[in-house]
Order: sequence, then C-alpha cells, then structure tokens
Amino acid sequence: MSDNLNKLTEKQYQTMSDKRSGKSNIVKNCFMAFLFGGLICTIAQAYSDLLVCRPVKSLIGELDESAVGALTVLFMVFLGALLTALNVYDNIGNIAGAGSIVPITGFANSVVSPAMEYRSEGLILGVGAQMFQVAGPVLVYGTASSVLVGLIYYLIK
Amino acid sequence: MDFFVKYLCAFIVGGLICVVAQILIDKTKLTSARILVLFVVCGVFLTAIGLYDYVVDFADYGARIPLTGFGYSLCKGVIKAVDEYGFRGIFTGGLADVATGVVMAVVFGLIASIVSKPKSKK
Repeated sequence: MSDNLNKLTEKQYQTMSDKRSGKSNIVKNCFMAFLFGGLICTIAQAYSDLLVCRPVKSLIGELDESAVGALTVLFMVFLGALLTALNVYDNIGNIAGAGSIVPITGFANSVVSPAMEYRSEGLILGVGAQMFQVAGPVLVYGTASSVLVGLIYYLIK
Repeated sequence: MDFFVKYLCAFIVGGLICVVAQILIDKTKLTSARILVLFVVCGVFLTAIGLYDYVVDFADYGARIPLTGFGYSLCKGVIKAVDEYGFRGIFTGGLADVATGVVMAVVFGLIASIVSKPKSKK
C-alpha cells in the first residue's frame, strides 16, 4: 500500500489534487472572496458615512476628510481584532478565503492571531516577537517602497 | 440613488481586489504573506504613478480598505510629508499615515493575548 503511494509521480499527484480542488472550487472561492471582501468594504463605507451624519456630527464635532479616513481604518482594525479575539474571524476566513485576508481587518487578524497563539511562549519572545509574523513583511516592504517613492519624489520635485 | 451607487462601487471594487488575491492563492503557489506584500507594494507604486487615485475616487472605501489601500496611505503620507518637511519627510511620512491602524492592531493584539485564548488551545 505504501509502495503504491510512493509510486505517485508529481504529475499524478498534481492531477489528483486538481481533481479534488477542481475548477468549480475556484469559482466558488472567488465568489466568496468577492462577497466578503465587498461586504467588509461596504461596512467601512457605511461607518465613514455614519461619522459625518448629522447626529454624530453634533456629538463629536466636524471631522475633516483625513480624520474620517483614519477613524474608519481604526474602526475596521478594531473590528478585525475583536472578531479575532472572539475566535470568530478564523471561521469567517474559512469561508471567505482572500476576502478576509486582503481587507485591513485581515491585517488586524494577522497581528492579533499569532499574539494569542504564542502567548504560551511568554510575553516577550512569544507575543512580542511573533505578533508581526505576517504583518512584519508587509510593513517592511511597504515602508521600504514608500521611502523609495519619497526619495524619487524628493529628487524630481 | 447616488447613495446606492456609492455603496455598490465600494462593494464591487473591494470584492474584485479580493478576487485577484483569491485567484493568486488558488492558481499559484504564493503564500498569503507573499500576496499581502505584493498587494501593499503594488498599492504604493500604483499610487505613486497616479493610477490608484482614480480607483479611490471611484470606489472610496472599496479601494482604501483592501491592503492596496494600505499602500495608498503609505504613498500619500510620504508625498505629503516630503512637501511639508522636505528631506526628513521621506522617512517620516509613510508610517505616520498608517500608524493609527498599526498601533491599534498592536495594542489590541497585546490585550487579546492576555485576556483571550485561541480556540484550539481550549
């Protein structure tokens, strides 16, 4: 039996795994990603509109555009982090795929999730060090490319 | 009606950006971390050449909430800071604009790690 398994060439394995995760699966995955990704963006849009609607405006004062943007991102990060802490976000992720990874809520998830997971390894080398497992590379290359853009802009300005 | 169109645009564009990532996950062997890095870097450079501004104008939060929008903030921040502070702005601008989100994630992550337990460990 194990002999039989060993005889599987890479090509055979590829076709087998292709069969299992067939084409319809990709269509379904894409549809779910579209649905959840779109939904998360719509929630953000709604929250930003809520911030500038009249009753809220009278409560917290008038906000300029950049403040609304920052507060909306803050809220979405909070939402993603909260759902992660409640162990809900992973369940959403199983259905939504990239629809839960790509929005900023997914960024929050990628920070909070390892922080919780590595708590048992201590606060410094567990939580502190592992928190940026996924978010770290994003920040490193995002920051580096922003510096590159800034440098070019500074030179041609 | 205008209201409805705005939400529809945000939904469709935000959804489509996620579909691109889903196709990359399903069709290539890229890990999700690589895809996220790719998206942020793409966001920065698309903003730098002025293309992403059209997407943001069209879809607003549909373009700002996906990670390409994270790149958009990084790029916008650095350009604004270079205008304002000159050379120093190259180094301060990018992160300053995304700091709210990052700091929130870090603080919440720290709190969550103390008060909440991951499901599998129960």
